[in-house]
Amino acid sequence: MVKKGLLTFPSLPSIVATGVTAGPLEKKSPFHSHFDKIYDDESCDAKTNEHGHAKLMEDACMIALSKLGKVPSDADFFLVGDLVNQMTPSNFTATSIGIPYIGVFAACATSVSSMLLAALLTESGMSQLTIAGSASQHNAIERQFRYPIEYGAQKGETAQWTATAAGIAAITPHRNGVPSIVCGTFGKAVDMGMTDPLNMGAAMAPAAADTLKRHLEGHNKQVSDYDCIMTGDLGKNGFAIFIKLVQNQGITNIDNFSDAGMEFYGKNPDFMAGASGAGCSAAVYLSEVYAKLLSKEYKKVLLIATGALLSPMSFQQGDTIPSIAHAIELTMK
Amino acid sequence: MDKEKYAKIEQSITPTTPILKNVFRAFITGGTICLIAQFIAVFYMTFFNFTERTASNPTVATMIFISMLLTGFGLYKKIGQFGGAGGAVPITGFGNAVISAAIEHKTEGYVLGVGGNMFKLAGSVILFGVFSAFLVALVKTILVKLGVATW
Repeated sequence: MVKKGLLTFPSLPSIVATGVTAGPLEKKSPFHSHFDKIYDDESCDAKTNEHGHAKLMEDACMIALSKLGKVPSDADFFLVGDLVNQMTPSNFTATSIGIPYIGVFAACATSVSSMLLAALLTESGMSQLTIAGSASQHNAIERQFRYPIEYGAQKGETAQWTATAAGIAAITPHRNGVPSIVCGTFGKAVDMGMTDPLNMGAAMAPAAADTLKRHLEGHNKQVSDYDCIMTGDLGKNGFAIFIKLVQNQGITNIDNFSDAGMEFYGKNPDFMAGASGAGCSAAVYLSEVYAKLLSKEYKKVLLIATGALLSPMSFQQGDTIPSIAHAIELTMK
Repeated sequence: MDKEKYAKIEQSITPTTPILKNVFRAFITGGTICLIAQFIAVFYMTFFNFTERTASNPTVATMIFISMLLTGFGLYKKIGQFGGAGGAVPITGFGNAVISAAIEHKTEGYVLGVGGNMFKLAGSVILFGVFSAFLVALVKTILVKLGVATW
């Protein structure tokens, strides 16, 4: 059954392994013990930040494959994305890794959109092993969207800090003993007229609320069905707005709600409203959440990755910020 | 839900900019930078052959040099985050804008990278600075010609 962006996967494709890499500042993350590799250098000892970004992603892929005892040539599809112009870090990773590649862009929601597409390929029987995920590198993304790294611009408390992290999932047909993908919902691009690129949580919150509503209604689920409902990178402010919108929908019990971006740096005020970036949600989902599913602490989770679909040019031209949220439901039996 | 209704919800939750706190911090930061520059100007007047008028050039150059070092060591962005406009408005902020862009674009080469981009933030300051100086000079010239003011 596929209708209005709703996806169900009766064959229950499985996330059999994950690879998560992160930069040096990410040691401050409460999730860092679950990361597979943490670099001492922000650009991973590569000659440019963009090459460092590619290395971050490539190492995460190799870690995920090595956990399975596989090599890149064993994989059928490579579905990844990032936020740099024309996604060159993903392109360079795809070049060196050599798996048939489809670049995926949904801004910071790429973590989930790539996994949903991987699940579709697996469900259709076209894939025995697909590598999916996303990454971001602080310096490369900040220069893409904002000012030079060393420029002394003041950021307010609604601004977010692009995380240096990559999260990669290896997805295969169903296997027992690992988390499986039950269903998902592709989001609609929602634009509520927000224009401030230093308050992207406010732009993304309505998209997350819309996707949550459509997922629950479309798949006939309740909020209480889940051990954890985690949004992507709304940050403190965006998450507070999201909760307000959810409560306006008549959902009162919000104990199981959290946000990967808000939690990423342990709510440290040095990082303003929290983390953002395509690697933020991917890293948390595929380390912390994945580990809790494996240990059966979580049985069922709903992950709603959020993305702000702006470019530096679009906001300079005065355009509002359209946003998107994609949802994926994972279960552990 | 319509945009206006959402804007109301958003505004009720998004924290307002702490203007008083920011103004105070900008005052302290900008004031401190100017105080340091004043010491340097006095230093040039005391130990070198500069007058109050001519000391400004070497003072500005020294302040930009200090700003360059602070930017290179990753400290100026911390001053900027604390002081806001207090860090941006003095000449050190201008230096920071130029130097941070130059560092950022070094990977694209010296001509297209550093040369083509180092004024991408500061360029508008130069353009509108020169243009406003031209306008002010024009007004003053007219006033002097009319005998209303003197140079």
